[in-house]
Amino acid sequence: MSARTTLATAARVLRQLRSDHRTIALLLVVPTLLMVLLRYVFDGSPVTFNSIGLPLLAIFPFVTMFLVTSVAMLRERTSGTLERLLTTPMGKLDLLMGYALAFAVATLLQVGVASAVAFTWLNLEAPGGVAPVVLIALADALLGMSLGLLVSAFAATEFQAVQFLPAIVLPQFLLCGLLAPRDQMLDLLRWISDVLPLSYAVDGMTRLRTEGSFTGQVGTDLAVVVACTVVALALGAATLRRRTA
Amino acid sequence: MARAAVEVTNLMVDRLGRPVLRGLTFDIPPGQITGLLGPSGSGKSTLLRCLVGVQRIRSGDVTVLGQAAGSPALRRSVGYVTQSPSVYSDLSVGDNLRYFAAVARAPAGAADRALEQVGLADRAGDLVGNLSGGQKARVSLACALVGSPTLLVLDEPTVGLDPVLRRDLWALFHTLADSGATLIVSSHVMDEAARCDRLLLLRDGRIVADDTPEQVRLHTGTDDLEEAFLRLAEKEEAVA
Ligand SMILES: Nc1ncnc2c1ncn2[C@@H]1O[C@H](COP(=O)(O)OP(=O)(O)OP(=O)(O)O)[C@@H](O)[C@H]1O
Ligand SMILES: [Mg+2]
Repeated sequence: MSARTTLATAARVLRQLRSDHRTIALLLVVPTLLMVLLRYVFDGSPVTFNSIGLPLLAIFPFVTMFLVTSVAMLRERTSGTLERLLTTPMGKLDLLMGYALAFAVATLLQVGVASAVAFTWLNLEAPGGVAPVVLIALADALLGMSLGLLVSAFAATEFQAVQFLPAIVLPQFLLCGLLAPRDQMLDLLRWISDVLPLSYAVDGMTRLRTEGSFTGQVGTDLAVVVACTVVALALGAATLRRRTA
Repeated sequence: MARAAVEVTNLMVDRLGRPVLRGLTFDIPPGQITGLLGPSGSGKSTLLRCLVGVQRIRSGDVTVLGQAAGSPALRRSVGYVTQSPSVYSDLSVGDNLRYFAAVARAPAGAADRALEQVGLADRAGDLVGNLSGGQKARVSLACALVGSPTLLVLDEPTVGLDPVLRRDLWALFHTLADSGATLIVSSHVMDEAARCDRLLLLRDGRIVADDTPEQVRLHTGTDDLEEAFLRLAEKEEAVA
């Protein structure tokens, strides 16, 4: 591990993101616009807006970072830059931490803009304050990043990488408790939902709202998300093979 | 003579179940330019990947600067340029250089120096994606030079370059070799073979010649290296 290499990698990834103005704009604007849309779709039912809006603040960065990372990593593999980096003194951990740091910055911007609009203009309620919301959103973004990193090893083209979104993200979205409460699902679906990390992200946000503060339960949910992130990162690191066929 | 920079013994590599390198044994002397020549598909890139430790091998030993190829201690001393440029096309030339300099733990100023060496000092601000093919190849080369490696493994670094640039780059390679670096340069352009101190001719995963250019000419009875290579290939076919 080298701090200089990690920071240089984070700066490089951010520079690549910044040079792509359209992606940056989409990254920052789309979640905010969707929140606005949601608010007016549920114009007559502020309770529904509040119960869906808060978890959505965590799901947006999860989805974006999943997509961005899987494509960025795939490019790194296919352009030969990964092979070149692996012949340098850079450690795999330097690369992964560099990506994590860069995407944490991008997430803070994304969640910052979306929360600012949601909590002021749209009157979304955050009973426990904004900080825990941002914390959970950040953890979800890093979860999305590590899953994206992992699936990029199984994609040979950008088409395939993008197809992993419906394959990996949509089932989690359907089962995470946002569309139907998890305790009312069929047993089998609830068991599946119990082992999917996004469920805990949404549970955390929901509990934050119903319990009104960052309780121990919320902390447990957050810990599950973080643990899943670490496991996915370790598996992803194992796919960064120095020697290939 | 000093210890060989690279020692390869009985190296065998399969790719997709097909044998690509069929038992290579050779040494590469330090401080020299060794040219790796051979027809397309003969296994040049595969062999270079073995030297930098990114190729899975079936059997054999590859020792680089006294250590197993690809071992962590070697990564500061080996520079590798892949056949197609491996740089970030969405970053500027300077940003690429500075990034690879940080990764190679090179001192400040190394990035500018490397850009000067490949003649791109005036393009530091340009996006790599907007460069010509030959310019991209030179950025990729500069990103390997930036760590001042003692062993440079270059896979067709002069492909697509005009004669003037090719001459300049070969002059640079000789300067680096004179200052003690070992270079291994693959090519299938025969006029470049004459600029090497040693030649390794590869054909179908086997070595058909491992000698100085003079000796290759002498043994094949021709002054023309292109002709010499053809005669070697024919002789090989007659044996087979
Ligand atoms: N990524 C790969 N996966 C599987 N097989 C490969 C791969 N790259 C090359 N090969 C096979 O290995 C053999 C040698 O290829 P290699 O790239 O080493 O040749 P080369 O001498 O560098 O050719 P060229 O001069 O065209 O670059 C070829 O038969 C090729 O089909
Ligand atoms: Mg090749």
